[in-house]
Amino acid sequence: MYTLPSKLRLFSIIFMVVGGLMLTAGFLTAPSTTAEVKEMMADHHDDGHAAKNDSHEIETSNHEVSAQTHGENVHEETAHDSEEAHLEHTLHQMQNRPWSALYIAAFFFFMIALGTLAFYAIQFAAQAGWSPVLFRVMEAITAYLVPGGIIMFVLLALSGFHINHLFVWADPEVVAHDKLIQGKAGWLNGTGLLIRAAIFLGGWILYRTYAVKFSRRDDDADDNRWFKKTFRISAAFLVFFIYTESMMSWDWIMSFDPHWFSTLFGWYVFAGMMVCAITTIALVTIVLKGQGYLEFVNDSHIHDLAKFMFGFSIFWTYLWFSQFMLIWYANIPEEVTYFITRIEDYKLPFFGMLAMNFLFPVLLLMNSDYKRVNWFVVLTGIVILAGHYIDVFVMVMPATVGTSWFIGLPEIGAILLFFGLFVFVVFTAMTKAPLLVKRNPFIKESKNYHY
Amino acid sequence: MASKVIHAIYTDDDILMQAVKQVRAEHYHIEEVYTPFPVHGLDKVMGLAPTRIAITSFMYGLVGLTVATLMMNFIMIEDWPQNIGGKPSFSYIENMPAFVPIMFELTVFFAAHLMVITFYMRSKLWPFKKAENPDVRTTDDHFLMSVDAGNHDVEKLSKFLYDTGALEISLIENDENH
Repeated sequence: MYTLPSKLRLFSIIFMVVGGLMLTAGFLTAPSTTAEVKEMMADHHDDGHAAKNDSHEIETSNHEVSAQTHGENVHEETAHDSEEAHLEHTLHQMQNRPWSALYIAAFFFFMIALGTLAFYAIQFAAQAGWSPVLFRVMEAITAYLVPGGIIMFVLLALSGFHINHLFVWADPEVVAHDKLIQGKAGWLNGTGLLIRAAIFLGGWILYRTYAVKFSRRDDDADDNRWFKKTFRISAAFLVFFIYTESMMSWDWIMSFDPHWFSTLFGWYVFAGMMVCAITTIALVTIVLKGQGYLEFVNDSHIHDLAKFMFGFSIFWTYLWFSQFMLIWYANIPEEVTYFITRIEDYKLPFFGMLAMNFLFPVLLLMNSDYKRVNWFVVLTGIVILAGHYIDVFVMVMPATVGTSWFIGLPEIGAILLFFGLFVFVVFTAMTKAPLLVKRNPFIKESKNYHY
Repeated sequence: MASKVIHAIYTDDDILMQAVKQVRAEHYHIEEVYTPFPVHGLDKVMGLAPTRIAITSFMYGLVGLTVATLMMNFIMIEDWPQNIGGKPSFSYIENMPAFVPIMFELTVFFAAHLMVITFYMRSKLWPFKKAENPDVRTTDDHFLMSVDAGNHDVEKLSKFLYDTGALEISLIENDENH
């Protein structure tokens, strides 16, 4: 049995508190009137070079750029009106920033738990012989699905009913003037969003509950009844999952840009989710192994996880590129704006994540020997997780905060908050059952697994 | 140069593995082992050095990537930068997404084919090669270990090999080493 070290508990609580404070500060420092936005900008026009605050500097320079572009159109309207409209626009972006930061971090950690659940189901459906020694680690990671899912649901409710301004399609005023969103209103409406979210989350949590319950019962059983049941519900879950995951990606991510659509978006989100999940399984396994809890996990298990990290990193890149290249090549205006805003306003994160999510793991994890070196896997894993956080960041931020983005107080605060919560939930769940499943038809093979 | 080897024939891969371990423990030199199929772990117990073919493949892949890049850069950007359907051919990086499928395929093509050719050359395999098979049964269900008799006592070595489970033991005089 695993006992939660008190240091780890303290560590995660400190993360939650510090992250919560930083996020609150992010909410409090967001401007509430256009006058404040104007003041913030004026402040930094004067001493912009003093680099008092990096985030404001970026905002200032972005303001200068957009001020120039709108200056050219000024002759059509009065200068004052367009200035006010511009400030209004920037105000909304700045107000969205802490909300987006919260949403991105909440989704990022939620998708790790969800991806782990899918990976767990695949291991059962495929009757994998190497992984049963890791089942309890995976079960513990999926424990985050319940609190993380509830948080996602609340955030979706807040956005779907326009308490905050994350989803443009939730704003009745915007919809009234937007033919395209009106046409999609049958799908994109607050009630529909929440009903679908409830079905998705309900189905995932249902499978998780029963899979874990059967796994516990299997420990005390004297036949393979529970294993067979898990096999059946895993196969059914995987069918349910691939449909709901795809729809979830339209609802929760793609609808930030309600004018834009991509058919392989669901797969793209799925690929990122799987890399993060497998990386997290590997990291948690290495941590527990380092503390001497997983005596049957050997280098070959780590090697297999590292191979999955490597393979799914390439799969993610393949989907990223397929989506990008098809749109870039055809260059249809209604599709290509998605990438134009990202390349113009998010150049470094947009291309930087390619280096982190593709080049880095491909070059570091190609060598078979390196996949067995634990610190190498940890190093690559941290870069992969950071890269996929930026991936989610670049999927969400351009639509909600546009040019007013920065990775500052609210973003880092939200990451710390959810990281603390994730660690707390996962390692608390780890104490609920022995770290090795007792009887599974493949447990002997898994214990003696050697590659 | 005439040399003597002893051919010991086994019919089971597990016994063969054990025999290889024993022979190596006694410091006899194993010239070669002939098996009808890959026996997992045989290279390890024989103490063979790991293959470096994956490393050559990686380097061939880099060559392929370079070839693709230089080729597309010369043809599409330097030699005749036409406007084809509005694609930007001012610099390589601007039009790179269109070249990535070629870059990928040539990387794989070079890595795969040159590695296979390397394998053929290192294993000395070609269409009209004369088979180096000491006993036709080793392609079906027999395993043959060829031990260098050298200056060892042939009687003692034969007895030893017999004890490791060999079914047939024969002394072979080679005219040449191969």
